[in-house]
Amino acid sequence: MKKSVFFGALTVAGLAAGAAAAGTLDDVKARGKLNCGVTTGLVGFAAPDANGEWMGFDVGVCRAVAAAVLGDPKAVEFVPTTGKTRFTALASGEIDMLARNTTWTFSRDVDLKFTFVGVNYYDGQGFMVPKELGVSSAKELDGATVCIQTGTTTELNLADFFRSNNISYEPVPIETNAEAQQQYLAGACDVYTTDASGLAATRATFEDPSAHVLLPEIISKEPLGPLVRHGDDNWGDVVRWSLNALITAEELGVTSANIGEMAAGTNNPEVNRLLGTEGNLGEMLGLDAGWAKAAIMAGGNYGELFEGNIGESTPIGLARGLNAQWTNGGLIYSPPFR
Amino acid sequence: MTTLTDPPKESFRLSMLINDTRYRSLTFQAIAAIALALAIFYLGNNLIQNLRAAGLNISYDFLGDPAGYDINQRLIEYDSQSSHARAALVGVLNTLLVAFLACVTATIFGVIAGVLRLSNNWIVSKLMAIYVEIFRNIPVLIWIIIIFTIMTAVMPGPREFRGDNATSSMVFDLFAFTNRGVYVPMPFFENGLFGNAVLNWVVVLAVAIGSWFATRAVNARATETQAQTGVRPNTLWINLAIWLVPFIALMFIMGLAWEVPELKGFNFKGGIKVGGPLIALWFALSIYTGAFIAENVRAGIQAVSKGQTEAASALGLRPNKVMNLVVLPQALRVIIPPLISQYLNITKNSSLAIAVGYADITATLGGITLNQTGRAIECVLLLMLFYLTASLLISMAMNVYNASVKLKER
Repeated sequence: MKKSVFFGALTVAGLAAGAAAAGTLDDVKARGKLNCGVTTGLVGFAAPDANGEWMGFDVGVCRAVAAAVLGDPKAVEFVPTTGKTRFTALASGEIDMLARNTTWTFSRDVDLKFTFVGVNYYDGQGFMVPKELGVSSAKELDGATVCIQTGTTTELNLADFFRSNNISYEPVPIETNAEAQQQYLAGACDVYTTDASGLAATRATFEDPSAHVLLPEIISKEPLGPLVRHGDDNWGDVVRWSLNALITAEELGVTSANIGEMAAGTNNPEVNRLLGTEGNLGEMLGLDAGWAKAAIMAGGNYGELFEGNIGESTPIGLARGLNAQWTNGGLIYSPPFR
Repeated sequence: MTTLTDPPKESFRLSMLINDTRYRSLTFQAIAAIALALAIFYLGNNLIQNLRAAGLNISYDFLGDPAGYDINQRLIEYDSQSSHARAALVGVLNTLLVAFLACVTATIFGVIAGVLRLSNNWIVSKLMAIYVEIFRNIPVLIWIIIIFTIMTAVMPGPREFRGDNATSSMVFDLFAFTNRGVYVPMPFFENGLFGNAVLNWVVVLAVAIGSWFATRAVNARATETQAQTGVRPNTLWINLAIWLVPFIALMFIMGLAWEVPELKGFNFKGGIKVGGPLIALWFALSIYTGAFIAENVRAGIQAVSKGQTEAASALGLRPNKVMNLVVLPQALRVIIPPLISQYLNITKNSSLAIAVGYADITATLGGITLNQTGRAIECVLLLMLFYLTASLLISMAMNVYNASVKLKER
């Protein structure tokens, strides 16, 4: 009796291991829900609103993928992760994808065995200080106390920046953005450093945003984008091309407003391929023909997501800058749909 | 007539492993050991296979690579170009520092609260009861966060010390209490005997140890004289002189001076900084564990028969002498064993340092290093090894002490 239980357990474990290798796309379809890792709360990028509904730019990517795969942008289970827990959550399969302003770096791609599917925000690390300190450049920060989110690339950039400029600082390691905000406002640190977009988002939630300045130095390249586990190329393609569909839609002028009439068929073959009225791109991915249409309808195209969540008309107030389409002099560029 | 013969020698049969009580327990232990070994082998094999499937391996090479991050509190030289191993060492020292400090203060709090809880004074005993019950029954993480939050919110930032109409000022112009920590003056030697500051402090330590041995000898002589003549010579002045004269002379020769903290730029510079996270963690661990130790002390005191107190009082001893000379020494044998586990708890609970950004071993090796290198299994194994070693060493040292003070029975 005991023996059979033991071997039974072995068999179950073996089956579970086999199922895990079967493919995330099938898992997500079978589950009917996408597990998407996001931040623990950064207004504009990913944060629950007053009704507990997750909103934001990164959340938009999760919803687009869920719409493409399951046809329902609401079929997402948001899993809040900190800078330290995010990679474990992804590697262990707790989440299917991570859309959490995570910087694409060599070691994360190669050594940690993740696949970055693209870039949804080109960022760089900046500094925020209270205006009353009268600091106008990061090089004047000798001896300052700096709040830093621990376990991020910004922690390493910060050490490099101060070292190469031969000035000293005192790090105050903190776990989440909310904690950093509290410490910074209480004056426990002089400077808060993280990605410039994050600083802008954080400053927007302050009582008096004008009392704080972002210093001009941007000390690093931080290409932020969604990522998936290494070794499941099919699933990686689904997430990659869902993001590319949003970007291409903006380039081709497909918006959530006109997508209805565009989907009826246009004389632009790329639009037709994108929206599934021509060719079989959806089938190649293992999805319906209307996958990209569903993804774009979820929250609008890339530009709509940007303007609605973090653009200049929102309290975050970020200009498109590097994140403009390549046709407007920016870096946002999707490979063609053909 | 019957003759007595030896019973036939029983030969060993396999069924005896189960049926014979002489072998049965061994059989089951062997089966349990094999099952355990198989389970461990299965789990380990599973881990290795999964790692291989993910293209990962187990390697400790990362320990030699530059860490790349800075640490705010370090007892040894460290910068961002030092190795991950050195960052781990900085963390180890920080863990040991806060554990040691918290063990000392928790014991003080615990003994005071435990004795006072048995006080005849109703208010004092009830106040101590409230302290014990409140602190014992709320998780220590909550206390750490409460104390840290209150400190950062209530204490002034360095910028409030600045300018002509500063809202805060230094205490006696020597101590600065800020929300980043407490800055106190630091002693140093203007013309030390050696160039190295550490060597000078070793000299001071050596003199102190010398004085301690000298006073011990003086007191032993006094006890001997008392045994012979019945009169104990007054050693107070001799002892004071043995402690103070060499010490003051040494300080004078080496030129003791104080470096007073001063507001320069963004922060106070100079002096010794006791960081806010350290204070919060130290204080929270002390009062939390102090409440448990108070209960151990109370239990120990109540375990001493009341007749001992009454007999001591009948001899004419005052209450504090009764406690110090009669009750506490006997209570120690009940107090010390649970005290060992409280010290272990402090050491292990210090890993909650991460909540307030104190750079202990869990924050450096188990936090930033783990996260930057992605070597989770290796880092966690090292962490386990460290805490296991530290706990066993504390346990061993305390057991040696326990053996030396426990009631000798003959």
